[in-house]
Amino acid sequence: MPTPTRGFFGRRRDRDPRLPPGQYDVGADWPVLTAEPTPRITPETWSITVDGRVETPTTWTWDEAHRLPRSEYRGDIHCVTTWSKFDTQFAGVSVDTLLEAARPTAEAHFVMATSTTGYTTNLPLEHVTGGKAWVVWEFDGKPLPIEHGGPVRLLVPHLYFWKSAKWVTKLTLMTRDQPGFWEQNGYHDLGDPWRQQRYQGD
Amino acid sequence: MTEDPALDVLGPGVVDAPTGGWRTATVAGVRRPIQRAVELRLDVHDRVDHLPGQHYVVRLTAEDGYTAQRSYSVASAPGDPLVELFIERLDDGEVSTYLADVAEPGDELEVRGPIGGWFVWDGETPALLLAGGFGVVPFIAMLRQARALGRSDLLRIAVSSRTLAELPYAEELMHAGALVVLTREEHGSRPAGRLTAAEIVPLWEPGRTAYVCGSTSFAEAASQLLTGMGVPAHDIRVERFGPSGAAA
Repeated sequence: MPTPTRGFFGRRRDRDPRLPPGQYDVGADWPVLTAEPTPRITPETWSITVDGRVETPTTWTWDEAHRLPRSEYRGDIHCVTTWSKFDTQFAGVSVDTLLEAARPTAEAHFVMATSTTGYTTNLPLEHVTGGKAWVVWEFDGKPLPIEHGGPVRLLVPHLYFWKSAKWVTKLTLMTRDQPGFWEQNGYHDLGDPWRQQRYQGD
Repeated sequence: MTEDPALDVLGPGVVDAPTGGWRTATVAGVRRPIQRAVELRLDVHDRVDHLPGQHYVVRLTAEDGYTAQRSYSVASAPGDPLVELFIERLDDGEVSTYLADVAEPGDELEVRGPIGGWFVWDGETPALLLAGGFGVVPFIAMLRQARALGRSDLLRIAVSSRTLAELPYAEELMHAGALVVLTREEHGSRPAGRLTAAEIVPLWEPGRTAYVCGSTSFAEAASQLLTGMGVPAHDIRVERFGPSGAAA
């Protein structure tokens, strides 16, 4: 344990067990953090593609994606800048559903998520399968606001939230891991909040 | 089949930006040049020199092992023997209230840095800097570095604040020729009001990288002004902080 800081006591003595180490409860707020200007995307021009190491590269339009089985997430999200938000509700489609259609090959072990802005983030395949990841267009029963990644973002809530790429438009299956945007700029390749994997080397 | 690199993706801001691990820092100086803020000068042991725009994490530890950590941009140039942070004191802040109210010279703090490769200036590329309030802090490091390199001509800067008294480093900014825009009071002949496209246009030319730093509402407004002027989105780097509803 590091040496205590002189005169620091900390305010929040009753730690909610849902809070990973080093995080605080942001309450009703939902901070916006992006590295690039907010794009202008309409549902009519948006689509989601699954390509790379798959048997059948597939693209869904807005209407086609909405006809897929609806899937919801209820739970917490955690940002690397140390806020966590409890009891969020998102709805869209499970990434499992998209992958079932595109059928990853035996060589596929990683995924690169790409946004319309050119933002990218890399994920191990096993972290977006088995009910762990969604492509979502609803937050708390309403359309996802653009500053929070609307009309559609990736949602991988068990990892730090930069992995949940805003304005997602493509999931590319890869054989080997490659760093995405923040991962090239000093951040961790996996980003597990319970292990505080914030920066490269953690 | 090959993996498809079709989209024009965002890459690193600076290739191989320096990265430092956890270090002990001794507080060498504490000043409060404006209200609700503190300037800390830190002697970071075994320091890895930063690039302007990078940040440090400060981690505080209580007797029972409870920790709280936050990120703060560096205001000093790499050649400064000390690392200077300029921290807004948030009333409900757990770390900023400690740093503003309790920390004093001689204290030891746990810090980690430098961190970040995106919102970083390489010291060579012409840049336009747009800051709202405490968003000026990383730009102070850039201005100081440009001065140290004898290349102050590379940087143009506009800053927005509610009042002059609330603007960090106001004198240094004006001395550097910054356009200072005040939203709640007159400044010289300029009436109170938000930064406008007409004020930024003369500062922009193709080939510059635009850096925008401030609250979410400032960052959103400023980056929309830039894209509205035709600045390519890929030439705009944004750093936002604070709660979603914060005023510019």
